[in-house]
Amino acid sequence: MSQRDQQNPARPLSPHLQIWRWGPHMLVSILHRVTGNGLAFVGLPLLVWWLGALASGPEAYATFQSVMGSPLGLLVLVGVSWAFFNHLTSGLRHFVLDIGAGYELDLNRTWSIASPVIGVILTTAFWAAVLLK
Amino acid sequence: MGNGTPIGRVRGLGTAHEGAHHWMVQRFTAIGNLVLMSYLVVSFALLGDFGYASVTKWLSTPIAATAVILLVISTFWHARLGIQVVIEDYMVDAGTKFACIAALNLAIIGGGAFAIFSAAALAFGGNA
Repeated sequence: MSQRDQQNPARPLSPHLQIWRWGPHMLVSILHRVTGNGLAFVGLPLLVWWLGALASGPEAYATFQSVMGSPLGLLVLVGVSWAFFNHLTSGLRHFVLDIGAGYELDLNRTWSIASPVIGVILTTAFWAAVLLK
Repeated sequence: MGNGTPIGRVRGLGTAHEGAHHWMVQRFTAIGNLVLMSYLVVSFALLGDFGYASVTKWLSTPIAATAVILLVISTFWHARLGIQVVIEDYMVDAGTKFACIAALNLAIIGGGAFAIFSAAALAFGGNA
């Protein structure tokens, strides 16, 4: 029996994305899910490939390096690192909301804008640190 | 689903029919990810040279090997919980939902086991 059959059909379904006027609160929430999925479906396979290539020896690692060092590979790496830092800042926002703080309209809006902005700043700082080393 | 108290009337109506434990473990693994990814990010920034010799030398040290293995466990577990929620939200049919979560489990455990084995093999000086 599908879940719909168990539900009272009189209960309304939630409106989906196209119904609402976009705002920062909505964007930060959707970005959290999108970047989480990106990390799971792209970031983790890269982590597996990286460790597997290292364990398989210098030739396998050279293949990994040549693919990920290409312009497209670097774009993917920058994207994954941005997804991580974005997911990190919106995740920290979730921790604050979880303890019941930060729901005042202005404060909530401010952090909804700040968390993706801080995510971009951290991504930039990370690549600056790696490339300037 | 009960029909007595207000909480009893709504309990089990979510897409997963339960959830407090799942919700808590999602937070605990998030804290693990925060600590271990901070270590990885700082290590990458300090490493500078990503050549085979440099990376294997770093990854063969006991602290780096332990941290990377724990990182694999924490991130794969966290991803497993997160993707499960997405599946529960968008897969309406119970059979499809079951099949997707079964496939997710295989991918997470298979990928995670391979990653942990690889990190351990390097640290123990396997075939590298």
